Amino acid sequence: MAEIGILHYLVVAAALFVLGVIGVLTRRNVVVVLMSIELILNAVNLNLVAFSRMYGLHGQVFSIFVITDAAAEAAVGLGILIAFFRNKETVNIDEVDLLKW
Amino acid sequence: MEPVATTFFFYLLSGLAILGGVLVITRRNAIHSALALILTLLALAGLYLMLYAPFVAGVQIILYAGGIMVLFLFVIMLVNLERSAKEEQFNKQWIAGIAAAVALGGLFIYVYTKGKGLFPTHVATLPEQSNTQEIAILLYGNYMFAFEIASLLLLVAIIGAVVMAKKRI
Repeated sequence: MAEIGILHYLVVAAALFVLGVIGVLTRRNVVVVLMSIELILNAVNLNLVAFSRMYGLHGQVFSIFVITDAAAEAAVGLGILIAFFRNKETVNIDEVDLLKW
Repeated sequence: MEPVATTFFFYLLSGLAILGGVLVITRRNAIHSALALILTLLALAGLYLMLYAPFVAGVQIILYAGGIMVLFLFVIMLVNLERSAKEEQFNKQWIAGIAAAVALGGLFIYVYTKGKGLFPTHVATLPEQSNTQEIAILLYGNYMFAFEIASLLLLVAIIGAVVMAKKRI
């Protein structure tokens, strides 16, 4: 079998990214949508770490910043979800239409 | 130390990661999705180890699989998902969504097949024993300002989460 190069890792990351995009665009449950966003962020992290194998440690440092961002995003997103559930008793993303008229 | 059976472990771990991703977006029960996401995160931690990034792998397991996923499971426990599990899981514009995602995937395939020769093939000599120290030196040297901004971001996120989730402030 062929030697595992950087392109292999990039293809895996692209597959995870596309799966995350499908999840964000098609699912109705807000919790699953947030999990799909985590999938997207992880795909980006895999890209960063794979390139850091070629260019030195800066990619790994940046992937730590991305993980920090993911934690902040998850906390705020789930807080919004709880506030929304308290008001409308639903977690479906297409029923979030308070600002539409 | 040279890694052993690189090809085998690469295909095993990436297969597990993609399997977990597929399960995340197809399961009806949100708890099953969360557990599949944990599978993906652990497989990615293994891939990070193969890329000589042990510190990122540790952070991935502790912070993601240990911290963020507990947050998700707590929220799944708090909100009542039983009614939502009985309803339609995919929204009305799912065909357009899948078409957009497939177009994106086609773009990835196009770029990676056309630009195959442009990716670097040489491998940097990364420090193996002192990975954590090297990252710390970069983090507290070059990226000091970004590090401080990240701490501010986390503070804002904590306050935001409390304000959002609290009944009356």
